Amino acid sequence: MIRLPEFSYYSPKTLRETLKILASERGKARAVAGGTDLFPNMKRRVQTPAVLVSLNQVKELHRNISRRRSAGIVIPSGSTLSEVSRNQLIQQFYPSLSKTASSIATPLIQNMGTIGGNLCLDTRCTYYNQSPEWRESVGYCMKAPEGKPDIPCRVAPGSPQCVAVNSSDTAPLFCALQGEFTLVSSDGERKIKACDFYRNDGELYLNLKPDEILSEMILPLPENLKVCYLKLRRRGSFDFPVLGVAAALKIANQKVEEARIFLNAVSSAPIEAAESEKILIGSSLEDGKLKKETIAKSARQAVKYSAPYDNTDFYAFWRKEMTEVFVKRALESLNEPEILKEL
Amino acid sequence: MPINAERSRKKLTSLKVNGRVYEKALSPISTLLEILREDLGLTGTKHGCELGECGACAVLLNDVPVLSCLTLAVECEGKEITTIEGLADGNRLHPLQTAFAELGAAQCGYCTSGILCVAKSLLDKAAQEKKSNPGRELSRAEIKEALSGNICRCTGYLKIIEAIELTAERLNLFHRCEPVREDR
Repeated sequence: MIRLPEFSYYSPKTLRETLKILASERGKARAVAGGTDLFPNMKRRVQTPAVLVSLNQVKELHRNISRRRSAGIVIPSGSTLSEVSRNQLIQQFYPSLSKTASSIATPLIQNMGTIGGNLCLDTRCTYYNQSPEWRESVGYCMKAPEGKPDIPCRVAPGSPQCVAVNSSDTAPLFCALQGEFTLVSSDGERKIKACDFYRNDGELYLNLKPDEILSEMILPLPENLKVCYLKLRRRGSFDFPVLGVAAALKIANQKVEEARIFLNAVSSAPIEAAESEKILIGSSLEDGKLKKETIAKSARQAVKYSAPYDNTDFYAFWRKEMTEVFVKRALESLNEPEILKEL
Repeated sequence: MPINAERSRKKLTSLKVNGRVYEKALSPISTLLEILREDLGLTGTKHGCELGECGACAVLLNDVPVLSCLTLAVECEGKEITTIEGLADGNRLHPLQTAFAELGAAQCGYCTSGILCVAKSLLDKAAQEKKSNPGRELSRAEIKEALSGNICRCTGYLKIIEAIELTAERLNLFHRCEPVREDR
């Protein structure tokens, strides 16, 4: 049996108590909700936090998903992925999020893992997510346990920073939906745009301080928005994505008014394919559909934002090639009125 | 109370497993799987990968299937835990177990206890939904989706799905288009 390493454990009931513990433990404590990402990592000694603060009893993080009049839909970070995918408000306003949540990992993991946890998912790499024996034999890597500085990246030895992959499915989607996150610490509360929450650095991949936690996500109510998320993975279940494409289009007067395309799992953060968006913005629709040439042109531009390394499943060059294909498929699927259309 | 008072000591916890209450002093690092198998002797729940990648350790927590290898036992206090040992009623097998035996849906059997727990939750939920929606029926796609977190390395998926369909049919939750092939 693989055991968890030793840790001190807290199970606070309120947010205030949680933040007090996180502040007093000064960066030694890790918050954990579903544990479906952290516990396997801890069992492999990839992460060995001295203190764990369980968020499962914190009542503020487990409120119902609700509609806030002016702001939009508010999702508490402790909602499990199953709750998100089955929630009526989410199904009504953001069917793409419901569908995406139900495609993450496996149904068992969706029953345990939370949406907040998926948004804060640790970055992954073939040199990182390994047993301690394996990692020791190659001399660890840049994303090493504490106290092992100056180890080069094993994937890209010349790289000044870690290139581990952000494998969250919901992260690019929240970026494309212009979500806003509420981060709380004992110093107070701050709001951050979803796209500013992520850093393209495999080691420090979140703009989240050690004593801060993600408490809720706010999604603005969609207006004439069409949204889709597609991912590439080896199996239809279990696997992390090795390429994710989130696309959102705002249509008004037979024209694309706004376009947002975010790529994920091809870098350490969701990346906005700005050139692809530029081609779409202002383009006129034919019978309510994007033109084939516009789609093709936009998809081609996305490739330059895709920077995969050989540090997860499938060859990097193929994942880069598939970026064009998946952006094309995502945009084409937005042409189908019956699927994935947000209100 | 100073915050540090709560540190990693063992905590007296009462766990309700298959309707029976067990009082145990639990370390926070123990997973539910470890406690079930090693402390309570309920070895019907299997340990496979222990990393959440296989589903062999699935149990029901308040009727929701979860991975016991990634659940801290201390967090299960006050919840109803159902393991494979809790499916049969004395000597009377659960309808799923009967169907699995009839159709030979267990090969090596290692994944079976996890799959039975997941399938039980699926059938119970569908039966519950049928009360408000009399037309409610399961589809093969739904069964496959529910089982998509359970790996059978004998790859005997077809028989497993057929056994669940047979159970659902007997519970009036499934309508078969073709009869089960006798030769399987």
